[in-house]
Amino acid sequence: MILPRLFASFFIVGFFSYGGGYAMIPLIEREIVQRQQWLSAREFLDILAIAEITPGPIAINSATFVGYRMAGVLGSIMATLGVVLPSLLVIGVLSYVYVKYQGAPQLKAAFAAVRPIVVVLILMAAINIGTRTIYDTYSVVVAATTLLLMLKTRLNPILLLVLSGVVGVILF
Amino acid sequence: MDKRGNLSAASLFGSFFKVGAFTFGGGVAMLPVIEREVVEHRQWLSTEEFIDVLAIAQSGPGAIAVNTAILTGHKLLGLKGVAAATAGVVAPSFFIILLIAALLPQAGQSPMLNAFFMGVRPAVVALIAAAAIKLGQKILVDKFSIALAGVTLLIGLLLNPHPAVLIPIAALIGLSRFFYLQKGEEGSRR
Repeated sequence: MILPRLFASFFIVGFFSYGGGYAMIPLIEREIVQRQQWLSAREFLDILAIAEITPGPIAINSATFVGYRMAGVLGSIMATLGVVLPSLLVIGVLSYVYVKYQGAPQLKAAFAAVRPIVVVLILMAAINIGTRTIYDTYSVVVAATTLLLMLKTRLNPILLLVLSGVVGVILF
Repeated sequence: MDKRGNLSAASLFGSFFKVGAFTFGGGVAMLPVIEREVVEHRQWLSTEEFIDVLAIAQSGPGAIAVNTAILTGHKLLGLKGVAAATAGVVAPSFFIILLIAALLPQAGQSPMLNAFFMGVRPAVVALIAAAAIKLGQKILVDKFSIALAGVTLLIGLLLNPHPAVLIPIAALIGLSRFFYLQKGEEGSRR
């Protein structure tokens, strides 16, 4: 009976986590560590570390990891499907409305006001994460160099990420 | 390049696979990679369309990268596009984590991986800031949007509200402005 329970638990995580990224951590902790007790707090921290050093959304990473721990490959598939399905349902409906009424002047007017907000939200994310991660000479130099290269050249962001990671391995 | 020139389920899958494979930290950290891929490289979406997609992606539940994949896929290729883009963005995490869970149960304590991530973090911050600046240059072009952005920045710095709250409020402001302007036009015609 573990497979349906894995699916249901991660469906709940997927359904109630708004904003993505770190906003999902408290929800996953509550459902997987506190309610289901599938992981200890220590194991949960390990998964967070793994989720941070591997690419992809944290919710997908945790779902795949916990699913595999509990029930092998089939478990990881069920948990990952569970965490993605709420997005597919809700965003699917929103997307349908957006595509269908794209030309409507009301929708255009609404998005004209939403766009500046999105720009600010992105800037806020940079500020919020920056105040936690930029605190020494290395991070200031890397952040400033990367910002300059992104604005003044057409270098691929993926290349800059890999380069900074390699510098990190050499330095730390 | 023709806007829909390289558009197929396979190219959508490939592009979002790249996004899934190079987004560290989750959330908005995936934004610069996705902007480069979908707007600049493939030219599947205009800057405005991309921002609209981001707004909707943050108004629903789930990971932003996954939601962006669903919206972009749906807009470009319908249900087939949803399936291709979503599978593409999820596949790298899924297989990498599966590999780690199966082979390296102690990967969370790997000093080399941790050093790599320490190195990446400041670059991620700069990538996000660069995305905000680049998008801002294209979006904040009239008094209304600059004023709205200024007020939101102030509120954001003071209260740190959730995007899922701010976006619907902004949509309502835009709608009220529309009806107000329309009413003004009707009035002046009379």
